[in-house]
Amino acid sequence: MKFPEFNFDFMGRRKLAGSVSIGLVLLSLTSLTVNGLNFGLDFTGGTLVEVGFPSSADPEALRSQLDDAGFVNGVVQHFGSDKEVLIRMPPQGEGDPAGLGDRILATIRLQAPEAEMRQSNFVGPVVGEELAESAGLAILTALAVVMLYILFRFTKQFSVGAVVALAHDVSLVLGLFSVLQWTFDLAVVAALLAVVGYSLNDTIVVSDRIRENFRTLRKGAPVDVINRSLNQTLGRTLVTSMTTLFVLLALLIAGGEGIRGFAAALTFGVVIGTYSSIYIAANMLMVMNISREDLVVPEKESAKESYP
Amino acid sequence: MVGESLLGLSPAKQRAPNTYPLGRYLFVLAVVALGALYAAPNVFPPDPALQVKPEDPDRALSAEALERARAALADAGIRLKAAELEGSSGFLRLMDDGDQLRAREVVMQALAGGEDHHIVALTRASTTPPWLADLGAAPMSLGLDLSGGVHLLLQVDMNKFVGDRMESMEETARDALVAARIRYVGRNWVDGTRLRIPFQNAALRDEAAALLAEQFEGFEVSETDVDGQPALEFAMVDEYLRQLEDAAISQNLQSLRNRVNELGVSEPLVQRLGRERIVLDLPGIQDSAEAKRIINKFANLEFRLVAMPGDRASQTETLDYRGTPTTLLRRNIVTGDQVTSASQDYDPETSLPQVSIGLDGDGGQRMNNATKDNVGRSMAIIFIEQKPRARTVMVDGEEVVERYTVEERRLISVATIQSALGYNFRITGLELGEARDLALLLRSGALAAPMYIVEERTVGASLGEENIERGQQSVVVGFILVMIFMIIYYRGFGLAADLALIANLTLLVAVMSVLGATLTLPGIAGIVLTVGMAVDANVLIFSRIREELKERAPQQAIAAGFDRALLTILDANITTFFVAIILFSIGSGPVKGFAVTLAVGIVTSVFTAIMGTRALVNLIYGGRNLKVLRI
Repeated sequence: MKFPEFNFDFMGRRKLAGSVSIGLVLLSLTSLTVNGLNFGLDFTGGTLVEVGFPSSADPEALRSQLDDAGFVNGVVQHFGSDKEVLIRMPPQGEGDPAGLGDRILATIRLQAPEAEMRQSNFVGPVVGEELAESAGLAILTALAVVMLYILFRFTKQFSVGAVVALAHDVSLVLGLFSVLQWTFDLAVVAALLAVVGYSLNDTIVVSDRIRENFRTLRKGAPVDVINRSLNQTLGRTLVTSMTTLFVLLALLIAGGEGIRGFAAALTFGVVIGTYSSIYIAANMLMVMNISREDLVVPEKESAKESYP
Repeated sequence: MVGESLLGLSPAKQRAPNTYPLGRYLFVLAVVALGALYAAPNVFPPDPALQVKPEDPDRALSAEALERARAALADAGIRLKAAELEGSSGFLRLMDDGDQLRAREVVMQALAGGEDHHIVALTRASTTPPWLADLGAAPMSLGLDLSGGVHLLLQVDMNKFVGDRMESMEETARDALVAARIRYVGRNWVDGTRLRIPFQNAALRDEAAALLAEQFEGFEVSETDVDGQPALEFAMVDEYLRQLEDAAISQNLQSLRNRVNELGVSEPLVQRLGRERIVLDLPGIQDSAEAKRIINKFANLEFRLVAMPGDRASQTETLDYRGTPTTLLRRNIVTGDQVTSASQDYDPETSLPQVSIGLDGDGGQRMNNATKDNVGRSMAIIFIEQKPRARTVMVDGEEVVERYTVEERRLISVATIQSALGYNFRITGLELGEARDLALLLRSGALAAPMYIVEERTVGASLGEENIERGQQSVVVGFILVMIFMIIYYRGFGLAADLALIANLTLLVAVMSVLGATLTLPGIAGIVLTVGMAVDANVLIFSRIREELKERAPQQAIAAGFDRALLTILDANITTFFVAIILFSIGSGPVKGFAVTLAVGIVTSVFTAIMGTRALVNLIYGGRNLKVLRI
């Protein structure tokens, strides 16, 4: 089995793709401003209890039972199956906040003694803020370090291109989570950083080929060199995306509710990351007028190599 | 050749095309074999077990006690796989997972009442064959999200601790001034970490400064004035403050370790985090409420004399004792800190619960001195408990949860001193639960500073098992999908890539095991992702070989493909590695687990893709006279 020889005019549609990307990023930013993110417990603080019942449970009944017991403003919903219920509760007026989960559990067991504690999490408000800060810092640090490394290994055009591509990927994944109001927690941040890693991998493979072709192909306008490089790496890009999507699919299907957000963020991110290394990173090279002169370094590796 | 010199290998010269010297095949083989050896322990599932050891760390479990436990389990109908002594503790391996909790009860019952106080902990006993364990091979430990258990992050309330310390400094200063007959003005001298003592005139101040200088080590002394009166200011030096904090935290750590031991946790993690926090991981604990109650309990005792009519009002305080106001001296004879042993039992006469207490040398001496001169006078025991509370307050228009502790002080006993007391005595007047907790808390040592929980993550056993199962399924499904795809797409080369992938997974598990890394659910996700991304290096190489085939003969194309792809592979993986490191550094537990597998996976996959696959491809195709290459 083999992909056919590719000969797409990628850069011919670069303006269209660029506009679509700008549109999507704007959409994401708008949604982030208007809807915000549905922050999970890690960042908001509060209490989360998952309870398992022997038979299917009714979240409405549970909610009113908790209401009656004085636990207010909680969210009660099914989690994974109709036998598991997730209860999220903001800090209550009085009492030890760290014991809230235990009190909720005790209340539920009054009516359903066989209810089983599956997980119980409490995050204090200070810790939540710290986690949010360090997560944001991590993503920014990652972008900065990547930019420096590529600047060192390539040129500033590639460096800017890669970082714009990564920022594009991160905003779109954030946008997706904002539009769909999926829970955004630490695991999703981890997924975002993994997306950064993956997209970067892709971008570097493409950039590497572009650099190589600028050095070895003596003829051709930059747009042709870039097009040719993209076509040459397309087979590899597709195969790698495919194997990665296979395993992510496995995670989505078999991984369970606990890492669904993580797997979903990564799946979307991998698709976006593949697209961005073609249409954002390479596109930026065009925008910034990359030329052969930027890349010609007299190095023996690019000249003539002989193989036995 | 760029690639090989980068790897520190000498270029293969005058050799048949695409062959390695024998040594290099052996090297790759040796690395993979070593990996397989150290990954192997993970294949042996541990037995559910009980660990039994005497509470006294200097004693070892007797064979007789182990036999008693074994017999009790047999009587209770709990199936046992083995009972063995190992070091100072005994391990009872069970057949069924579900029996663990019940077995613990049975064993505790069976061993109660003996000479030693025993600790029975739930654990998982390794089934790694001894010869493998002797090589230092051990399975990865499971994170709390897989094994089930409680993770707590505790914040140490330093303000309270330092405030108490300042108050006791104030008392010391006042006592010294009174003893030296230096007149001071007013009370309440403490302000944060400063103490300001006003005097009537400068001469008295100078006298006091000379007197107090010695006692206020760690404080900076300066002259100031308070409301126009000359005063001395003692400000705590930062370094001294830090020393105090360190001392308080290490005492809290010690006390927590003892308490956790009592709870029966076999492999707890108790660790300081940053300046004012402590992390506590209790694998296997099911009842987080009970654990939290014991861990965060701040209870102590104070022994004082009941005041006599002539005592100065400033040196006494009045507490309620069963409805009667009782006036006590402020000074403690001894406190719970001087207790060396404590156990809960019953008063033989009244059958009411009591706590038998033993004091340390200094405490015993002080108790003896205080009581022998005061026979006929009453002594009171105060039970002090600090309970964490929270309230919502408005700060700058925002609702903020404020943490504080409520101190409950209760007189539990007022009794006439019949004769001089020594090192050992009994306390009555407590309810059974209180007596049991008090004994436990006095045994484990008091907490130096109160703490409150700022983060808790508890995972039940059933969810943990589900997570393991799901994790395994995802790895297997992902692995098989990728393997099949590679074979279909690249045929012979695909087979080489698949073998490299297996080697990669083996090495990944081996490195994680040797590093002592903890496997978590996000960690498994990291492994799955590594499987998907690890083939990328091979894909890069293979697609390059395909391209080179257009211009070169097969053997040359293979060599060129490997070489040309190498730099790209390194570039791409080094940057991803950076990202993994950043991920690790922000890590709260689960995210760290993901970062570790990602980072280790990158290293192992670069090795297997470049060295491993190359070795395989060389073995299959190297040195042959290839006319066509199907890839």
